[in-house]
Amino acid sequence: MDKNKILMKGNIALCEGAIAAGCLAYFGYPITPQNEVPAHMSKRMVELNRVFLQAESELAAVNMVFGASLTGTRAMTSSSSPGISLKQEGISYLAGCELPAVIANVQRGGPGLGNIAGSQSDYFQTTKGGGHGDYRTITLAPFSVQEMYDFTYQAFNLAEKYRNPVMILSDGVVGQMMEPVVIRQDKPQKQKHNRSWVLDGCKNRKPRLIRSLLMAEGALEEFNWKLKKKYDEIRKNEIRVETQDIEDADIILVAFGIAARVAKAAMKQARSEGIKVGYIRPITLWPFPENVIRDAARGKRKFLVAEMNLGQMVEDVRLAVEGKCPVDFLGRPGGGLINQEELLNKIRSLK
Amino acid sequence: MSKVKIESEKCKGCYLCIEVCPKKCLEVSKEFNKKGYHPVEFVNDKECTGCGFCYQICPEVCIEVYK
Amino acid sequence: MNKILSRPESLTLIQHSYCPGCGHGIIHRIIAECIDELGVREKTIGIAPVGCAVFAYDYFNFDVTEAAHGRPPAVATGIKRVLPDRVVFTYQGDGDLAAIGTNETVHAANRSENITVIFVNNAVYGMTGGQMAPTTIEKQKTATTPFGRDIKRDGYPLKVCELLAATGGAVYLERVAVNNIKNIMKTRKAIKKAFQNQIDNKGFSLVEVLSQCPVNWGMTPKESVKWMDDVFVKHFPLGVYKDI
Repeated sequence: MDKNKILMKGNIALCEGAIAAGCLAYFGYPITPQNEVPAHMSKRMVELNRVFLQAESELAAVNMVFGASLTGTRAMTSSSSPGISLKQEGISYLAGCELPAVIANVQRGGPGLGNIAGSQSDYFQTTKGGGHGDYRTITLAPFSVQEMYDFTYQAFNLAEKYRNPVMILSDGVVGQMMEPVVIRQDKPQKQKHNRSWVLDGCKNRKPRLIRSLLMAEGALEEFNWKLKKKYDEIRKNEIRVETQDIEDADIILVAFGIAARVAKAAMKQARSEGIKVGYIRPITLWPFPENVIRDAARGKRKFLVAEMNLGQMVEDVRLAVEGKCPVDFLGRPGGGLINQEELLNKIRSLK
Repeated sequence: MSKVKIESEKCKGCYLCIEVCPKKCLEVSKEFNKKGYHPVEFVNDKECTGCGFCYQICPEVCIEVYK
Repeated sequence: MNKILSRPESLTLIQHSYCPGCGHGIIHRIIAECIDELGVREKTIGIAPVGCAVFAYDYFNFDVTEAAHGRPPAVATGIKRVLPDRVVFTYQGDGDLAAIGTNETVHAANRSENITVIFVNNAVYGMTGGQMAPTTIEKQKTATTPFGRDIKRDGYPLKVCELLAATGGAVYLERVAVNNIKNIMKTRKAIKKAFQNQIDNKGFSLVEVLSQCPVNWGMTPKESVKWMDDVFVKHFPLGVYKDI
């Protein structure tokens, strides 16, 4: 047995991934189904002599991350959907001040207080902005406990590399389920990033300033163009997608996060019934793997998008397909979990 | 003997310094500065004690005191 | 003759954008002098609010960050927790600290975050054009209380020092004013003490500075400093509210 393999919950893997990445400060606020995160961090971070603080609100927590991050310290916060809505103000300011930060959303059903079941209904919020202004949040969508660990680990480097907030868009199912995880034994991989923006006191240098208020004529437009350049760079370098059996497929399933687990199983079953099904799983939801989908949109293929919401990512799939193939949708909102059988029935109906 | 130096281009003409000067050493200038204010001018170096009240109340931090 | 009083090193040469007679300039200068005297300019990180004083980041000659409206105490918490040996302070107006950011203020005080808070209370929202603030006094006319603040509709002016005195964490709370020389000298003493407390790891210190806003009060600077003595301080008594 691999001694580096440990059975753990998704939410715990998220914490351990952050710890392995050298996250030195965690600020959070309890909300189900991510409560294991602040609870685990309250123990582990303190044991490691790092910073843990239970904030008075999600707003305060994300602004504490803002404070820690502007000193060049790796910092994160986590929450679930209603709490992530509160954090949007801070995410917009992080983007506007070009500060790195990692934010995890263990999604639950909405709108409003919703319920505490796993859901994928924050896709729009995460990938289309969420807060105000022209900005983008790099979004990674794990579908296993191992990916909770790995993606959180990687998120810190992405955040620092681009000085941009990174969202781990998980859900209550992945957060709560248990799977074995391979734990990294190496030291945190820290790439050398430019730190000339860090505020830590102006000893032997000129004072620095971090702000997002740009009132001078044309200054904000210029800054937004600079951001655009960065976002284009991220689009060029960071798109991640998993594909399977798309070459000969008649039907292409597109799903992310936990829905992709179900989609993968349904695809396998459909193949055993002789239906040629392929599968595309966007791992980065922003930047969205539109080229992979566009390239796959040919011939008499049909697309089927499966999500645990009323149809959010399907809009991006339709944009990428550009009307070349029909795009169908199967979704369940309000914390309903798509099951393999209903997805399979839908596949059979498209055949 | 003391004196104060006023950076008149920075003066916005609130005249709080004139109010607090115990020896009445400051007056409103007849000239305009570039901002369009009549700045304060120092008129009485015989009476000035260098108490610094004008400096303390100047919101523009445009007064220097010499003693 | 020697120069005995001049612009402190912790202020840049940039002229600030405040209206004539505004108290912000006096308070900035006092903060800068205290930081110079304590010799901590190179390890100070200031946090500018949203409101008139947002441009404080241009006027202070040390590291400054801006924070979202009301969030400076949370941002200060994040900085101070990871860099405990730096001097961290927030500069906040009444809207920022006592309306939109009341939660962050109360909890930072209650946790006794080892930070310094300079709270500028001028009874009005300046930047947005003179609307009612949480500290607008009864019957005071503002852009959104054209008939005067009506306690029945708008509630009471919020007394921050009195409120925070009830928290376990606040170690030093004092209300001062910058409308005359005597008060300015007391303000200077209070602000220096609030920074010294942080250097001595004592915990949360807040100085509430009553400050004149002649333009939004519809007064001349001379009238505004008099109104503070005649009216404003009657509603917000000066003095030490906590010192442990």
